[in-house]
Amino acid sequence: MSAFWSWWVIIIVAIMIIGSFVALHLTRKMEDNGEETTGHVYDGIEEYNNPMPKWWLNMFYITLVFGIGYLILYPGLGSYKGYFGWSKENAWQEEVQAAEEQFGPIFAQYLNTPVEQLINDEQALDMGRRIFLNVCSACHGSYATGAPGYPNLTDDDWLYGSSPDVIKHSIMQGRAGKMNAFGEILNEEQITQLTSYVKYLSGSKAPEHEVKFGEALFQQNCVACHGADGKGNQAVGAPNLTDNIWLYGSSRKVIARTIRNGREGNMPAHKNILGEAKVHLVTAYVYSLSQDTESSEDK
Amino acid sequence: MSKSSEQVKRTRDLYVKAEKIYPRQVHGIFARLRVLSVWALLGFFYIGPWITWNGRQAILLDLPNRQFHLFGITFWPQDFIFLTWILIIAALALFFFTSLAGRLWCGFACPQTVWTETFIWIERFVEGDRNQRIKLDKAPWGPEKIFKKASKHALWLSFALFTGYTFVGFFSPIKELTLDLIEWQLGPWEMFWVFFYAFATYGNAGWLREQVCLYMCPYARFQGVMFDEDTLIIAYDEKRGESRGHRKKNDTEYKLKGLGDCIDCKQCVHVCPTGIDIRKGLQYECIACAACIDVCDDVMDKMGYEKGLIRYSTQHSMEGKTTKILRPKTMLYGGLMAVLLVGFFIAVGLRTPVEMDIMRDRNHLYVENPQGLIENVYTIKVANMDQKKHTYRISVEGLPDMQLNGKTEFSIAPGKVKTLPFRVAVDPGDLTRTSNTIYFTVESLDNSEIRQQEESRFIGPALGR
Repeated sequence: MSAFWSWWVIIIVAIMIIGSFVALHLTRKMEDNGEETTGHVYDGIEEYNNPMPKWWLNMFYITLVFGIGYLILYPGLGSYKGYFGWSKENAWQEEVQAAEEQFGPIFAQYLNTPVEQLINDEQALDMGRRIFLNVCSACHGSYATGAPGYPNLTDDDWLYGSSPDVIKHSIMQGRAGKMNAFGEILNEEQITQLTSYVKYLSGSKAPEHEVKFGEALFQQNCVACHGADGKGNQAVGAPNLTDNIWLYGSSRKVIARTIRNGREGNMPAHKNILGEAKVHLVTAYVYSLSQDTESSEDK
Repeated sequence: MSKSSEQVKRTRDLYVKAEKIYPRQVHGIFARLRVLSVWALLGFFYIGPWITWNGRQAILLDLPNRQFHLFGITFWPQDFIFLTWILIIAALALFFFTSLAGRLWCGFACPQTVWTETFIWIERFVEGDRNQRIKLDKAPWGPEKIFKKASKHALWLSFALFTGYTFVGFFSPIKELTLDLIEWQLGPWEMFWVFFYAFATYGNAGWLREQVCLYMCPYARFQGVMFDEDTLIIAYDEKRGESRGHRKKNDTEYKLKGLGDCIDCKQCVHVCPTGIDIRKGLQYECIACAACIDVCDDVMDKMGYEKGLIRYSTQHSMEGKTTKILRPKTMLYGGLMAVLLVGFFIAVGLRTPVEMDIMRDRNHLYVENPQGLIENVYTIKVANMDQKKHTYRISVEGLPDMQLNGKTEFSIAPGKVKTLPFRVAVDPGDLTRTSNTIYFTVESLDNSEIRQQEESRFIGPALGR
């Protein structure tokens, strides 16, 4: 707030307070007209003078004193911060701290329970599901079935591995999946051949001669990440190309585009957003989705 | 103007010192009715939180959990309409009884009257009746006055604190509250409200009393709108009473001297809790407590006159006309009240204690699953608003061969909400529109009356067109 507006507010507030005081003082008494009425007549109805009690007047003065006290203790006069230095942000911080103190022990208890055990705890899964719906569903969907570019978490196909530790690591630290662009290295014909080979890997039909050339290209360019058999490498997050599960889409054009331009997937790190305890619960929920034991939830 | 400006300008204060009122004790039919009303209402207030129902506090307004338990029913924020409904019925009841019988509420049922009455009982118990109280206040401070005043305030404050504690007991389980109070471990909010409500009771019923009615109460000011010439009011029979004047008890010739039945004993003024003279006619200060009727009837009895110099009457009856009870105003208020009351009980009776909210996933319209079916994803919140645990089943209809994937059977503890994701899959060949209306149904497996159906949308390519 600039000095001008600060003074603008201060002066208006001061005028209001002093003005209220003066107005109260001036209207305390009326001229004695020698009658029982105030002299006010509306549609033939006269107003009697029924005086208010003194304490009522004093309450007006008390509100003025209260207002002055408030303006000294709390922010209100322009850019003056107030004696207590109260602010909305501090109040929010205090609430967050209070909530953490209240719920911290509950989360801490779950944090010390292994994920394999947590998936049998309905309350833990409920909490994990709520966090998932709030934080994760924007990309992975409410049912965690994913969307183009965002992995489906309910199937058995994992980019980085299916163990709870790996899932937790993905959520805590995030993941940056990178597929290099081959548009500079391969010409369009080669990209077409490679596309055919990739389709062939997952059991689709493709022109045989293209597959043959594609296989050679694959062995030259792709095996470092996707492996000689095309089954991928979970250590670097390279997808398995043989399972007919597609992160970006299964059409030939999409695959060719992936080879030509590369892909950059990004899962943000949630360590600082959620904290480890909540991540642990989300891990349990996500882990439970690909486990067939539905019995845990039927309790 | 010129005349008055020549005089010394005189002013009057628009604020005056409030004069203390010392209402005298009254005996009589209306005084007994009020005592009865005080016992009934305060009895309900102080015993209310101790009633249990199915093992829980029968009346518990649980604000942190947003659940109001009233005997067998639990009201949720979704039921807020019922509160509105109750308030409208209460307002209409106020209008109806006011236009029919004046300020019945003020004189017999208002908390201000009821608690003031008990505080006056305590005051009378310690300090004595009107004359003794006036004497005590005028007397210089001495051991006796200090003792009496201190005992009165101690009694008032204890009663007020008990009231505050009971009040909080409607919002916070009273048994735990009692234990916390004994161990002096009340939470900050409970502490605040116990003391705040105690302070309000002490201040309003001990100190402010009639000033609440005269200066603060909005109802006292707008009730005039509901009055007409057929409304019951406390009225002084001016024709019979005037001219007022003192006389000897056995003076049978007073009428020849031009005197009416009013002996000007001022008892009606002394008993009045708002300190008015009812003989001046209907005034806004009159809370229709009928204390002046009781005391005047006593005096008339002693004088050997007929009772009813001050009586419940109407303006029409005072003018010698007949009073009409059935008139458009009372019929309208009464009729509306009856209709709303019946409607309210029907609505409460038909209320199902389950609530379902459906949110369609918004980040993608639809997906095609590996089987070639079109899938939409929904997040469904189910609230068990009953006081028992229920197992529910969710089903969906509206399109051919719908598949509902997810946890369709689940149980929810009483008063809890469950949020679950569901996938609905449909063959695109069955879709004739891109946006289709579908219906989710949640049904309790143990009680088929507890079910709710909600509409939602299913979006997909209309390949069956």
